[in-house]
Amino acid sequence: MSNRFIPHTEEDIRVMLDRIGVQSVDDLYNDIPAEVIFKEDYDIPSAMSEMELRRHFSELGAKNRTLKVFAGGGVYDHYSPSVISHLLSRSEFYTAYTPYQPEISQGTLQYIFEYQSMISELTGMESTNASMYDGATAAAEVMFMMVASVRKKNRVLLSATLPENVLEVVRTYAGFHGVDLTLVPEKEGVTDLEAMKVELRAGDVAGVLLPCPNRYGIVEDFTGFADAVHEVKGMMAVYADPSALAVLRTPAEWGADVACGDGQTLGMPMQFGGPYLGFISCKSHMLRKMPGRVVGATTDASGKRCYVLTLQAREQHIRREKATSNICSNQSLMALYATIYLSLMGRKGLVEVNRLSADGAHYLHDKLVASGKFTPAFDKPFLKEFTLKTGLDVKAMNARLLEKGFMGPLDLGNGMVEFAVTENRTREEIDEFVNIILEA
Amino acid sequence: MKYYDKLIFELSRPGRRGYELPAGNYGTDALASLPGNLLREEAPELPEVSELDVVRHYTNLSNKNFGVDTGFYPLGSCTMKYNPKINEEVAAMPEFSALHPLQGEDTAQGALELYYNLQRALSNIAGLAEFTLNPYAGAHGELTGLMVMRQYHILRGDTKRTKVIVPDSAHGTNPASAMVAGLEVVEVKSKPNGSIDVEDLKPLLDDTVAGIMMTNPNTLGMFETEIVEIAKLVHDAGGLLYYDGANLNPMLGKVRPGDMGFDIMHINLHKTFSTPHGGGGPGSGPVGVAAHLVELLPAPRVVKDAEGRFHIEGKNDKSLGSVSSFLGNFGVMMKAYAYILSLGKENLKNVGPMATLNANYIKESLKDDYLLPIEGACKHEFVFDGLRDKSTGVTTLNVAKRLLDYGFHAPTIYFPLLFHESMMIEPTETESLETLDEFIEVMHKVAKEARENPDMVKNAPLTTPISHPDETTAAKKPILSYRQLKAEQ
Repeated sequence: MSNRFIPHTEEDIRVMLDRIGVQSVDDLYNDIPAEVIFKEDYDIPSAMSEMELRRHFSELGAKNRTLKVFAGGGVYDHYSPSVISHLLSRSEFYTAYTPYQPEISQGTLQYIFEYQSMISELTGMESTNASMYDGATAAAEVMFMMVASVRKKNRVLLSATLPENVLEVVRTYAGFHGVDLTLVPEKEGVTDLEAMKVELRAGDVAGVLLPCPNRYGIVEDFTGFADAVHEVKGMMAVYADPSALAVLRTPAEWGADVACGDGQTLGMPMQFGGPYLGFISCKSHMLRKMPGRVVGATTDASGKRCYVLTLQAREQHIRREKATSNICSNQSLMALYATIYLSLMGRKGLVEVNRLSADGAHYLHDKLVASGKFTPAFDKPFLKEFTLKTGLDVKAMNARLLEKGFMGPLDLGNGMVEFAVTENRTREEIDEFVNIILEA
Repeated sequence: MKYYDKLIFELSRPGRRGYELPAGNYGTDALASLPGNLLREEAPELPEVSELDVVRHYTNLSNKNFGVDTGFYPLGSCTMKYNPKINEEVAAMPEFSALHPLQGEDTAQGALELYYNLQRALSNIAGLAEFTLNPYAGAHGELTGLMVMRQYHILRGDTKRTKVIVPDSAHGTNPASAMVAGLEVVEVKSKPNGSIDVEDLKPLLDDTVAGIMMTNPNTLGMFETEIVEIAKLVHDAGGLLYYDGANLNPMLGKVRPGDMGFDIMHINLHKTFSTPHGGGGPGSGPVGVAAHLVELLPAPRVVKDAEGRFHIEGKNDKSLGSVSSFLGNFGVMMKAYAYILSLGKENLKNVGPMATLNANYIKESLKDDYLLPIEGACKHEFVFDGLRDKSTGVTTLNVAKRLLDYGFHAPTIYFPLLFHESMMIEPTETESLETLDEFIEVMHKVAKEARENPDMVKNAPLTTPISHPDETTAAKKPILSYRQLKAEQ
């Protein structure tokens, strides 16, 4: 029976069966109807030693190609400082359970408190939860949160300039839960304020979700949006890139009630799509409608400062079907990731990451436009991601780039292509990238 | 060790830094070119600390934590098994960790092959046709599975089926997931032994029922022996059966949910398949379905063609939609895949039996001091209704806290709600006889302490870094950030 993860010797099993008073381990399954007992072997490979396992993963890994990434679409190749993986591999962090026993979980509880503090600093909001699964599911929860915060209104407006995968997930959740959604059209690459006002006039809108930056990389100007939404007693939420919030006007400064987004931009490995984290921050009037775990500061019996899970009366294990959400976990270890990243970068470093990424992106943008083969799709401000129009054969261009080890721009169709540049790219790489594009 | 309680913000000194970036030399100043009203007015109050400050701070915090590597976690329904170290290493391989989710199928064939292989392995282990690995956690899997259930009825035009039957002993996520999926919860009663009361179930099965959610073994660790009849009743009434995979571990090698008649299930990779809990996540909650429900699974899907190439498929007409930005927590799946291969067909089948053996051994060893409300062989876990001797006033909470003093994590307490003093114990198969014996000895010792010195036990824990946090004030006057904390001081 014994294997490196199962310690039972034949002798152990005998001792245990004697104590229990049965003849065999099978006897412990006697209550199960024979017709449902599984009598075959699993159709999976034979056990592998560590050496064989490593070899198998190396073989699979060799079938992938790691590329110099010039695209985004919600996931960006930001640099991950060495310190983070070292600290995350402390098994006191990663082998811990949810901190339901605060006396032996102060490490987890304190870093979540620090995480909440840092995300609140970035969004400008008062409160942040302990994290959600990803940006798209956080956006879906924010949709529910807005409906729950406003009496008898069941419609949420989504900007058409939100990322497509965020729209897809929000639509899925809304469809099953019975929330009405309306897409506010875009005008010249940004949310059409006038069209939004028309929808608001109907009087049934609980809230509005807007992107920052948007699906084209544009930093939208939300002047007048919060007033329009609040005038009809609706809520305004902004789906934001938390890294970019080190420099961009915050959701709170725009007058939003809630902010959400995906934490991948805080130096997290791209890892083929996850794990990352979703965040939700809100103003204090929305706090009790916010889903998910929350950590608060308090004191222990001897007056020591300490941290506990709090406001649990909102959660599923107490409220069951009346809970604000069914979420029963957070992306805790990824919240630690974000916290260490933000501690290392600090208030100046995160600005520098944005500056370097945006400088590289603007350098690439200007070179491509100067070539005459590309024109700006929209004349709008951007940071690290931008959209151009081209007459070039996009598929052929991306194939050429791939051959040389580059991930080219995302193909948005109709000759529109979207590029992204992070601090992980160099001027030399950008020059080479442009040369390959212009070879055609 | 000195008690450490600084916040990272309190180490901050203006001008200190923990990063270094290259110069760039682009000759542009992109930030200055942005219109001023698009830039934030006030800089965020992030700490300014050196690299060593960061390393020492978080190392100190880790010392205040308990994990599986620290000691035994008899935490019922949480399956806190050992997290193999090799899994962490392979999941961090740059050939996988540096993959952009949109870089295309051609340059990610290895990742897609792993993804596909894991889908196949889980399908075989579950006895179901197909899996999606997109859901991020158990509760997310429940929600996705219930969306499959609703989508099935909606596509058949049977839109009045909006009720889902949930046992009164179920975990809180079951009814909460049903609510999010737009389903109405109907509770079915448990019999005194914790299993579903079939006579109570029958009248509930009308044409408004979408299906039933069950765990098997149930929350008390007892196998629902009438499962075959229950499956027939639900199917005959036009409903589907959902299997909550929270308690899958003892079934490995013994029973497959699909063979019991379940149509939909989720698996917690962070329970049964050894991926670390990470202090609360990231998890992964793959959802499996029977053949007639495969097309309803969420997009994107990973499929294999006749030539052996792997593809990412977008949304089809029948799919319920999307529940994730991309393909789920891929990094977590890598660890589960490594675990399945490490055990292989020879050992994976022993997981269930050894987990069950461990649980029964503890149960039989402790029932002299602790009240066992349900006799008979349990599976991976069982529930005590507190101490047998109720005269001391020592509660389940007191016992749980006293265990912390002895270097054990507490069991799951006050769940399930069927008993007043529930104490739910699940050892998992990775614990040795010696560890179980130490735990049993300490549990007996605590029972003795409760008789001889109840006040001491009521004041536990006595040796942990902190004692009795004031949770009432924390909830009444929430302080959720350093900024708020500073303002309070």
